[in-house]
Amino acid sequence: MSADKLVRMANQIADFFRSQPEDSAVAGAADHMKSFWNPVMRRQIYAHLDAGGTGLDTLALDAVKLMRTGDPVAAKTKT
Amino acid sequence: MSLLREADSGTPIRPSHEKVTLTIDGASVTVPKGTSVMAAASMAGNQIPKLCATDMLEAFGSCRLCLVEIEGRRGTPASCTTPAEDGMVVHTQTQRIRDLRKGVMELYISDHPLDCLTCSANGDCELQDMAGAVGLRDVRYGYDGAKHRTEALDASNPYFSFDSSKCIVCSRCVRACEEVQGTFALTIDNRGLLSKVATGTDDFLTSECVSCGACVQACPTATLNEKSVIELGTPTRATVTTCAYCGVGCSFRAETQGDTVVRMVPYKGGKANEGHSCVKGRFAWGYTNHADRITRPMIRKSIDDPWTEVSWDEAFAHAASEFRRIQAKYGRDAVGGITSSRCTNEETFLVQKLIRAGFGNNNVDTCARVCHSPTGYGLKTTFGTSAGTQDFKSVAAADVVMIIGANPTDAHPVFASRLKKRLREGAKLIVVDPRSIDLVKTPHVQAAHHLGLLPGTNVAMINALAHVIVTEGLVDEAFVRERCEPQDFEIWARFVADEKNSPEAMEQFTGVSAAEVRAAARLYAAGGNSAIYYGLGVTEHSQGSTMVMGMANLAMATGNLGRDGVGVNPLRGQNNVQGACDMGSFPHEFSGYRHVSDDATREMFESLWGVELQNEPGLRIPNMLDEAVEGSFKGIYVQGEDIAQSDPNTRHVVAGLRAMECVIVQDLFLNETAKYAHVFFPGSSFLEKDGTFTNAERRISMVRKVLEPANGLADWEITIRFAEALGYRMDYSHPSQIMDEIARLTPTFAGVSYEKIEAQGSVQWPCNDSAPDGTPIMHVDRFVRGKGKFMVTEYVPTEERTGPRFPLLLTTGRILTQYNVGAQTARTSNTIWHDEDLLEIHPFDAESRGIREGDLVALTSRSGEISLHATITERVQPGVVYTTFHHARTGANVVTTDYSDWATNCPEYKVTAVQVQRTNRLSDWQQEELDSAERLRRVSDGLIDAAE
Ligand code: SF4
Ligand code: SF4
Ligand code: SF4
Ligand code: FES
Repeated sequence: MSADKLVRMANQIADFFRSQPEDSAVAGAADHMKSFWNPVMRRQIYAHLDAGGTGLDTLALDAVKLMRTGDPVAAKTKT
Repeated sequence: MSLLREADSGTPIRPSHEKVTLTIDGASVTVPKGTSVMAAASMAGNQIPKLCATDMLEAFGSCRLCLVEIEGRRGTPASCTTPAEDGMVVHTQTQRIRDLRKGVMELYISDHPLDCLTCSANGDCELQDMAGAVGLRDVRYGYDGAKHRTEALDASNPYFSFDSSKCIVCSRCVRACEEVQGTFALTIDNRGLLSKVATGTDDFLTSECVSCGACVQACPTATLNEKSVIELGTPTRATVTTCAYCGVGCSFRAETQGDTVVRMVPYKGGKANEGHSCVKGRFAWGYTNHADRITRPMIRKSIDDPWTEVSWDEAFAHAASEFRRIQAKYGRDAVGGITSSRCTNEETFLVQKLIRAGFGNNNVDTCARVCHSPTGYGLKTTFGTSAGTQDFKSVAAADVVMIIGANPTDAHPVFASRLKKRLREGAKLIVVDPRSIDLVKTPHVQAAHHLGLLPGTNVAMINALAHVIVTEGLVDEAFVRERCEPQDFEIWARFVADEKNSPEAMEQFTGVSAAEVRAAARLYAAGGNSAIYYGLGVTEHSQGSTMVMGMANLAMATGNLGRDGVGVNPLRGQNNVQGACDMGSFPHEFSGYRHVSDDATREMFESLWGVELQNEPGLRIPNMLDEAVEGSFKGIYVQGEDIAQSDPNTRHVVAGLRAMECVIVQDLFLNETAKYAHVFFPGSSFLEKDGTFTNAERRISMVRKVLEPANGLADWEITIRFAEALGYRMDYSHPSQIMDEIARLTPTFAGVSYEKIEAQGSVQWPCNDSAPDGTPIMHVDRFVRGKGKFMVTEYVPTEERTGPRFPLLLTTGRILTQYNVGAQTARTSNTIWHDEDLLEIHPFDAESRGIREGDLVALTSRSGEISLHATITERVQPGVVYTTFHHARTGANVVTTDYSDWATNCPEYKVTAVQVQRTNRLSDWQQEELDSAERLRRVSDGLIDAAE
């Protein structure tokens, strides 16, 4: 999937969780992606993050980073 | 199951706590208070002669055939209009009554053609039966009372005819149209001997009639009769089964002669429909043996080659070797499949099982992705499970009904009839929809409020409604305190109370006056039992899931959950879309909505299926297509779905399909997707297999085999054989065994079995130890998740915006007589009502573009362009245009975009920025399709015709 699409999806998810209580916003967005995104998509977004993460808004960026910790898929992409 | 004529108690029998006991012809009978003497006699097995009465209708008392004598009462009252009372002593067969009845029958028969032997209703005519029942032997008045006989036959409706010469003016048809259907298309013109049934127009076809068939069913004579009966004769066998069109899930008797279906008649014992139907289920079943139907398996190497017919064995061997080759070359995850919401639960379960266990990955998705996936997400988050809260019957106890983004009279007609009945009784209606749907104003129904918002602003609207409820003290605090998470409520209440969510602040987005929104909110919150029913106008948005949560918030805040007459209810589109979701068709969930990463659940499946399963979500439909375009996804097994027509951004879908090396389509017809397929497994129709469908009320109903499959195999057998060819054995000899496996693996289905469904007629899940008979109404004492969870629902405008290039908003929907992509209905006479998709445009927008009624116009978005004819109407507001997507040649989804719901990627079908202008030609896409259609559908020794 193109990076643009993934970034749009991540930002849309972040848009929803942004208005949730502060402590659960980043965790909520990360958890959502973890539950619904398949490993290919996750690997691609980590690769995009490594390439600078262009387009990801702050919350989406934090959520992708959080999701990456402990994600076995992440081990397959460089940190 | 064979029951040729259903019992008819003459008048409705309604439950009552109070009982009365009376004696009828010496037998004592106890009945609910309010039951008529006629129905009481029928309950005791004593049928009192009748003509104007039938238990689908309220008593009318016009024919005087049902007279009885009651001890201590004068005269001979009509038993249909006389309520049974405690201690009553009734005689139904005295000499006096016999004489009176004969007299009545003589009058009827003197004015009735006596062509019984050649009449289409011979053997199925109540007038004939009653002549027998009263012992009519001659007619003192002669037989030439010819008042009706000269009337011409009205055969304008494609499915039934009206032969006024046989009419006994019992009014059953008129009352059925009013009471059951709620359309008010018929009246009785004139009085006395001159009275006759009239449509108010030239004929049925040009009248308000929506061809539901209720009048045909109600007619005791051959006056209103199915054309198929006139042609074929009366049926000899009846099998109860379930409609394969919409999510209402009506029960039907399929009436047959040998292996020919004569007619489909709604079954009164069916709890979803209680004897009613719409034009689709009742009449539009001719597609099942349409000439376009493919009954032999076919394969081809490339989509540019013609198809070659092969044996089933060859087809399975070829498909399996292709999938194995692809997996060996590109990896286990390079293939996937799509389950069908048109197929049975058992078939859907098998397809996802084949993918998870046989293919060895979780690349399974279903068409619910593109319709109600946000319902699943939103209701699971807030209530704990992914399903509507009520049964359909519950609407009869609603005081206020809010319809959001749904058009029940067209898309869920039998539910609409129930709803209209309740509205005629005085319940109030709020319609939230950009279009002025029929329910806004229809005979004897007028919405209290029509919140005609701009497409894409649902969440702004729901927040504004919630703002009023919270700030005006309309919250049901006791309910919230007892039933919901307190902290989440506090956070939500603070959020919606914020001025930015007030109706006044939201007016700029929704375009609806704040005063109207405030009034609607007050009505919903304080009007008694308030129920929300919604459709794809809620889900198919970038904030679809947010809106579902918003509605759940509203219902929780006002305590409108957990009892009759309330709730949050998705009107689900396809016959088994609820079932397809329940059966584990999503890439991240097993049956019963349990995540694939849940070890305990996965281990249970692994141990029963004997394979290791993936613990990561697989690809969704749009991901599969993306991956295909990018080169890593190479093979797909599509059961009964036409993604090339139904999914958004057709060009992208086609590019994905073209990029795959093996596309397997299992369908009745060479649909649009099959143009890009390499293997075609011919499917079986709903009349040709056993199984179950689950409707929008979570009701699991039997689908029974009426005919042998024309293609030789039921769909579940095809999946089993394909799995075996792949080396994965599935041992089932009947779908009931598949249901047993579903029950073993799925806690909400633990108590479901064919025996139980047979015994109860249908079962609403959850059905398990804590609810052995099923669950008509959910969340009664507690929510499935424990406490209800309020969610903050910030309004985020969609990225799809109008601008100078695309100044109008396109929204899409359905109409009554056609169904989804038209694969079925476009192959029936229903095209008489709708043979092309039209673009609805407001007079203002039409005028500024020089568009006149019927002009061909080009509809352009940033995704693509199509041409279609325009119709000018104030149903749509200025700035908004609307079309249906029923005909493949229109290609409505060429213009829709790939924007989607944030949580589920359900496409944003309901909002596309477009431009409309006059044109004189088809769009390039349409022309290309037209040019390539024949080539892509060729069979080696001939051409398979497309439907259109
Ligand atoms: S058409 Fe049939 S139902 Fe209607 S009034 Fe005539 S006989 Fe009765
Ligand atoms: S078919 Fe239905 S809508 Fe038409 S006249 Fe009969 S009852 Fe009314
Ligand atoms: S309402 Fe739906 S289920 Fe019922 S007959 Fe019509 S299409 Fe079939
Ligand atoms: S059946 Fe009672 S009056 Fe007709």
